[in-house]
Amino acid sequence: MSSDRQLFDYLLCLGDSALVLSQRLGEWVGHGPVLEEDIALTNVGLDLLGQARLWYAYAGEVEARFASAGRGEDALAFLRDSGEFRNLLLVERPNGNYADTMARQFYFDHWHRLLLARLVQSRDARIAEIAAKSLKEVAYHVERSTDWVIRLGDGTDESHAKMQAAIDELWMYTGEMFDAVETEIALADEKIGCDVRALAEPWQKTVADVLAEATLVIPMGTWMQGAKGRGGKQGLHSEELGRMLATMQTLQRSYPGAQW
Amino acid sequence: MSNEWPLWEIFIRSQHGLAHKHVGSLHAPDAEMAIKNSRDVYTRRNEGVSIWVVKSADITASSPGEKEPMFEPSNSKVYRHPTFFPMPDEVKHI
Repeated sequence: MSSDRQLFDYLLCLGDSALVLSQRLGEWVGHGPVLEEDIALTNVGLDLLGQARLWYAYAGEVEARFASAGRGEDALAFLRDSGEFRNLLLVERPNGNYADTMARQFYFDHWHRLLLARLVQSRDARIAEIAAKSLKEVAYHVERSTDWVIRLGDGTDESHAKMQAAIDELWMYTGEMFDAVETEIALADEKIGCDVRALAEPWQKTVADVLAEATLVIPMGTWMQGAKGRGGKQGLHSEELGRMLATMQTLQRSYPGAQW
Repeated sequence: MSNEWPLWEIFIRSQHGLAHKHVGSLHAPDAEMAIKNSRDVYTRRNEGVSIWVVKSADITASSPGEKEPMFEPSNSKVYRHPTFFPMPDEVKHI
């Protein structure tokens, strides 16, 4: 029987990946390659921020069941240090160039859609509800990032080279997405969560198809960052996350309780 | 050769509107991406149910310089407006 603490941890995994990627996309504001892309990418970021808020709101309620009080959305987002974050290592990777950002988005979006499509069936009604709402948004994210990978991959010599480099560089962070930790397995057994190991095969198939269409070579090798239980879901992050959080959290840390 | 993406004119049919209305323009490499960009630039607040995009270069416009010969002649012909018929009170929405 899974505990509320495990459920809380699981909800943080879901919320943190959405929040951290949202913040990364927010860093593009005003720096997008063209105005239209700037707006489009920010829309994706805002979708993810909205999803993170829903996961955090629920996480706070669950936390109140085993702790003296449950934390609110702001406390969870702005007052935890990097070691307490449960996001995937992939989403904390710096933006790099536009091909890097799109490769990161492409890997994540396809995984995210597979995950949410399963969480819609969750026995936990709240998880199913949040997943259903998010799934509609993520279906569009998938379309957009896939489109860009194909356009840049099957574009000019320069865009092809940059897209291939981005796809290769981020590949090692994808292994973690399919590496289930104890909490995930416990919740998956009760049909509350999703066993991410089952997502590996459909994900690899779709990713391989898209990369083939984009005239890109799918990276080989099994060495993957975050495998064997050493990853973001255990709170082991790269130093880039710390810097990102410092920027993101500075206002709440400097002016505790500040409100809009 | 210009590296700029071509300009597209965007038309959106709103929730209750019958016809597509011109809402603005944007840059995109092709029609498919013009639709996607329109979705993000012009329908963020649930404005639309359908989008048309047309390359700006494909629109032929009347010239502002010809405004007088184009439109002035109809101005003096009030009899072309159906304003001389008394309408029964029961007829609404006209």
